Amino acid sequence: MPRDQGIGASSARREDVRFLTGNGRYTDDFNVHGQKYVHFLRSDVAHGRIRSVNTLAAAAMPGVIAVFTGEDLEGIGGLPCGWLVTDRHGEPMNEPGHPVLAVGKVRHVGDPIAAVVADSVAEASDAAEAIEVDIEELPAVINMAAALEGGSLVHDEIGTNLCYDWGFVEDSREAVDAAIAEAEHVTSLELVNNRLVANAMEPRVALGDYNASNDESTLYTTSQNPHVIRLLMGAFVLQIPEHKLRVVAPDVGGGFGSKIFHYAEEAFCTLASRRLRVPVKWTASRSEAFVTDAHGRDHVTKIDLALSKDGKFKAIRTSTLANLGAYLSTFSTSVPTWLHGTLMAGNYTTPLVYVNVRAVFTNTVPVDAYRGAGRPEATFQLERVIDKAARELGIDPVEIRRRNFVQPDQFPYATPVALEYDTGNYPATMDKLVEIADLDGFAARAEESASRGRLRGLGVNCYIEACGIAPSNLVGQLGARAGLYESATVRVNATGSVTVMTGCHSHGQSHETTFPQVVSDMLGIDEGQINVLHGDTANAPMGMGTYGSRSIAVGGSAIVRATEKIVAKAKRIAAHLMEASADDIEFADGVFSVAGTDKSVAWGDVCLTAYVPHNYPLDKLEPGLEETAFYDPANFTFPAGAYACEVEVDTDTGAVEICSFAAADDFGNVINPMIVDGQVHGGIAQGVGQALREHAIYDSNGQLLTGSYMDYAMPRADDLPSLVVDHSCQTPCTHNPLGVKGCGEAGAIGSPPTVVNAVIDALQRGGYDVDHIDMPLSPSRVWEAING
Amino acid sequence: MATVHMVVNGREVSGEVEGRTLLSDFLRNGLKLTGTHIGCDTSQCGACVVHVNGKAIKSCTMFALEASDSTVTTIEGMANEDGSLGIVQQAFQDHHGLQCGFCTPGMVMSAAALLSENLTPGEAEIRDYLEGNICRCTGYQNIVKAIQGAAEELAA
Ligand code: FES
Ligand code: FES
Repeated sequence: MPRDQGIGASSARREDVRFLTGNGRYTDDFNVHGQKYVHFLRSDVAHGRIRSVNTLAAAAMPGVIAVFTGEDLEGIGGLPCGWLVTDRHGEPMNEPGHPVLAVGKVRHVGDPIAAVVADSVAEASDAAEAIEVDIEELPAVINMAAALEGGSLVHDEIGTNLCYDWGFVEDSREAVDAAIAEAEHVTSLELVNNRLVANAMEPRVALGDYNASNDESTLYTTSQNPHVIRLLMGAFVLQIPEHKLRVVAPDVGGGFGSKIFHYAEEAFCTLASRRLRVPVKWTASRSEAFVTDAHGRDHVTKIDLALSKDGKFKAIRTSTLANLGAYLSTFSTSVPTWLHGTLMAGNYTTPLVYVNVRAVFTNTVPVDAYRGAGRPEATFQLERVIDKAARELGIDPVEIRRRNFVQPDQFPYATPVALEYDTGNYPATMDKLVEIADLDGFAARAEESASRGRLRGLGVNCYIEACGIAPSNLVGQLGARAGLYESATVRVNATGSVTVMTGCHSHGQSHETTFPQVVSDMLGIDEGQINVLHGDTANAPMGMGTYGSRSIAVGGSAIVRATEKIVAKAKRIAAHLMEASADDIEFADGVFSVAGTDKSVAWGDVCLTAYVPHNYPLDKLEPGLEETAFYDPANFTFPAGAYACEVEVDTDTGAVEICSFAAADDFGNVINPMIVDGQVHGGIAQGVGQALREHAIYDSNGQLLTGSYMDYAMPRADDLPSLVVDHSCQTPCTHNPLGVKGCGEAGAIGSPPTVVNAVIDALQRGGYDVDHIDMPLSPSRVWEAING
Repeated sequence: MATVHMVVNGREVSGEVEGRTLLSDFLRNGLKLTGTHIGCDTSQCGACVVHVNGKAIKSCTMFALEASDSTVTTIEGMANEDGSLGIVQQAFQDHHGLQCGFCTPGMVMSAAALLSENLTPGEAEIRDYLEGNICRCTGYQNIVKAIQGAAEELAA
């Protein structure tokens, strides 16, 4: 039965009223009295040596307060990378510096050369035009293979464009090669995972505000993880201790990964405000966002799948070039490695896997995590090669997957790529998919399409992801320079209402709604009595923020732990009030009672007693009712599912229309079904965008050809069908208290191969000998494949 | 600098603007009506949609001076007089038609404009009408549902 409160209810969103009335407070809506504005002069060449930067004329322009170049920032640190990858020979990765403003060289279009601070945006940008920059242009390295073959060097000091050559599992390399050499059948595929731009609708903003009277800085910024920014910027770049630095990430208009990272503009605005003693604000234009926000994906892969004749997977071998762009963005190095290689077993029992990744510097914008981060790349390779293998062996694509599934009785299941799946039921999600996508009705629909001269295709696909990032001791061994626990403080107020402070950050995820649902269930009080504070280092305990579908699994678990402590203490207070032993106190529906008696006290009475402790065991118990918990997960969580898509291809034009899309997901327990549906819808839209439309394209000189919404094709309302989503298959996570797995990235992970599989299926049914088309499957690419 | 007068959300306002000041700028920075959002610089995203004399307009494509003596409605003017959500706004909440909320003001203003022209739009018409509004969060599905829900509510 649907409930109207608590876990499992589709509670209406608390966030909505302020957003629907224009009362959201996004970073650009913050203005501090006396603030000045920054304009960054950015490189318009992809690679060059800076001969000179003359700022004299600019400094004399009206309204200009100061002009900074890289040399003016000497003495501050560079932007740090948060993950040290060790290569397959045991050597640390190459880790070149990343200055806040370019020093010596520019390395991508958009690299900041100088910054003007002025009274107005217009004056700052006018003055930037008056800066004289003399740059000796160098050949740009854009293509990854060429970058490794001795093109010019992005970072001269490391003597190579290779960041690392990573092998996983290195000890399996020979066994995998042997299994492939001896296999009854090997299917191979070369594919590109196209480069994308996250394009959160709110462009990035930074506002630094220094208060000289107490030597404290505040940074307002569009971030998914304000505490992480405080730590990285404070400790590594500007040397400001935490107690003198507050980072506020208020309402944030979407992130999708791109607002995890510590960016130069944040450090610059904070620093300039300290030096100039005025608040300093920067608001990105969309054009600027395209050349400064970290991009996503951009892998080129060759994959080999060894099978028996009856379609049992025997071994997988991949070789990938991963583009890191010009500098190491905060978590960039972990994405092609630990977030990618560990997922190559998929939902299957493949016994042997070897993944090789060479990560490459190029003269392009840095590449880092984008919704799914590494897991979409893994899923895409695997599910595309499985589809091709099924065709080669004449096995139905659903059937070949079923033959290889990890079975429900095999959990916990240790993969050959270091993960232990705690729970899942892949046959059940596939059964659910067959039902909701009406796969049995496909033949009739294909016939109907044919009667209109269209080729209809069906794509199916499975995915698994590792979410709930992450056990700190494990990721520490893998090179993370951070712990990945989460924090919560639950503050019960004197009259019984509750304030939850979380280290997670909501930028569309609806934490203000779902977190109270959890607490409401545990305390038996109305959701409306509970609110959530987040996004401000001044009010929440140190937390790691929101990404990797971690908020409910890790942050929600921290809230559960803190609330358990609240209940334990409240029971002791109740026991005192009822002159009973705490062990005999039962708590349900907001009432404390003594087991086996009719004695009870209400939640509100206990809360009031905690803060007005006249009748209180002060010798044994502190007054007040507020608890903090830090939760470090024991394992990742493993959401998984099966997706299907039907397309129609117009062979005259190459145009692809998505006729239907169905998703059967297993997210474990679900807190708010309405919100989970919405997360899946959004993820699928992004995945369909990747499959059919989106592409960040550089020309050979390093100019971004798709640098605005005129050229970068964002999915629009009329590109998508009505999606069918279902998450009724639920195998609860076994190691977190809510049994939840996370749902934020599934759609973006599962959908690209589904769409591509469907298009290839359509073409094959039409008699075209097309095995693969690289994304995005634009009409011209499909047409070329048909007519090639 | 020139003086511009307009009626915004039922209130007469005036302000000093430059010739190049966009209506979106004047609303956000001049009038502090920050509900109107800026999501792009190529008039593609629709986060800035407002109504000028009853018609949906991307406020980043119009100079403030061009809107002189007009009647402008922004997202801040869409609630009922008692402060409760208007029908379109309420439908967005009921159908979970927003996540991060950044595209939402523009979506609501576009949706209201559509429904003022067509009280019974089909799904395809709605999707077509939203061509100029980008949402990165919702996949549009629940926005479409919200508009259908609002249409039903308005027809009732
Ligand atoms: S800001 Fe006006 S259309 Fe994007
Ligand atoms: S709700 Fe985030 S962009 Fe639409």
